[in-house]
Amino acid sequence: MTILRARGVVKSYGRTAALRGVTIDVAEGEILAVTGPSGCGKSTLLHCLAGILRPDAGEVTYGGHRLDTWSERMRSRLRRTEFGVLFQFGQLVAELTAAENVALPLLLAGTGRREARTAAEGWLDRLGVADVADARPGEMSGGQQQRCAVARALVTEPRVLFADEPTGALDSRTSEALLGELVRLAREQRTTVLLVTHDVQVAAYADREVSLRDGVVDASGLGLTAAQGRHGR
Amino acid sequence: MSTAHVLLGLLAGGPMHGYELKRSHDQRLPQAKPVAFGQVYATIGRLQRDGLVTTAGHDQEGGPERTSFEITEAGRKRLDDWLGETEPPAPYVTSTLFAKVAVAVLVSGADRARDYLVAQRAAHMERLRALTAVKTDPASSLGEVVAADYAILHLDADLRWVSNTLERVADLHREVHP
Ligand SMILES: Nc1ncnc2c1ncn2[C@@H]1O[C@H](COP(=O)(O)OP(=O)(O)OP(=O)(O)O)[C@@H](O)[C@H]1O
Ligand SMILES: [Mg+2]
Repeated sequence: MTILRARGVVKSYGRTAALRGVTIDVAEGEILAVTGPSGCGKSTLLHCLAGILRPDAGEVTYGGHRLDTWSERMRSRLRRTEFGVLFQFGQLVAELTAAENVALPLLLAGTGRREARTAAEGWLDRLGVADVADARPGEMSGGQQQRCAVARALVTEPRVLFADEPTGALDSRTSEALLGELVRLAREQRTTVLLVTHDVQVAAYADREVSLRDGVVDASGLGLTAAQGRHGR
Repeated sequence: MSTAHVLLGLLAGGPMHGYELKRSHDQRLPQAKPVAFGQVYATIGRLQRDGLVTTAGHDQEGGPERTSFEITEAGRKRLDDWLGETEPPAPYVTSTLFAKVAVAVLVSGADRARDYLVAQRAAHMERLRALTAVKTDPASSLGEVVAADYAILHLDADLRWVSNTLERVADLHREVHP
């Protein structure tokens, strides 16, 4: 069953066309890798699908509902309750401890303080970083921060997880451990995952791969269709 | 790869029959090709001739008589020397993958090479996914994980080269069909 769908999504930043008509279907429970070279529009697509950015044209539907026409209030509510997001940059709130960071989405959703704290500790433990629960991001290693960010993205048990280069700055053993854990947890909870990466080793954790190229889906999985298309015009 | 040294390594753990050697080889090096019986016996024959392996005994449990082999002192020494030698960085440009693309560009032009690369990338990605599944399976042994890692990193190198080559071939295509 399709949970997320983009139809002809177009998005520009001023005169830069980031997405030039992207159509994809994401099946419920699938782990989908979105790959492609730097600047091809991966993060922009993720933000459109997660309802963070509103496309200039085209449709985004979630569970059959038109997300792109919803108000910002509705979309941000959806992001709090149904979606988990793991951004490429700037993950944790610097002033809060790891446990407080992870508990935050639950508190925002109205969960009680004690219950949120217990859940946060449980997730930190599952990701192997229980020992830094009371540390602030500045006192943690990059890998520990990344794991906390994963814990925070999963603590609300979202139906869809949007992960943008979740292992960007990590060494290969650390990123392997993190991805292994992320995929295991996602499968356990039947979470749909959109995994943005430019690394084939990371993409190999997914069930399927969609490649972008200059703001369009690359049908060959390699980018030449787009290159030729641009050429033919 | 040197089957002789691998067999010596397996015998370092204790005597084995030819069949056990084959099975143990295939188990320990799961991503390598299964070794043929004939090759095990031929290799053991050579190792015996060179005094690196000797027969440890014969037994006959109901079935045909079976000979078990054991590593000699000279065999241990040889194994130790081998493990101490570094390998010259392998000349991977001798691979069939590279040769095919080079020849395709040469004889049939960029389009043929591109079709081949597209198909090859898909095959590589599929293998990469399978190996990643092995790596993340908690039931996999250390040997399996180490072998999967080795293959994954080499496939990664191939895939990067495939992508670069596709870019270059696309540039060429644009020059030829402006
Ligand atoms: N806020 C912005 N303002 C202006 N241009 C932007 C902005 N964000 C992205 N772009 C441009 O849009 C295009 C697509 O950017 P996007 O961030 O989606 O790429 P990406 O595939 O995620 O790249 P990377 O792998 O480097 O993260 C690029 O040309 C980029 O320069
Ligand atoms: Mg990005």
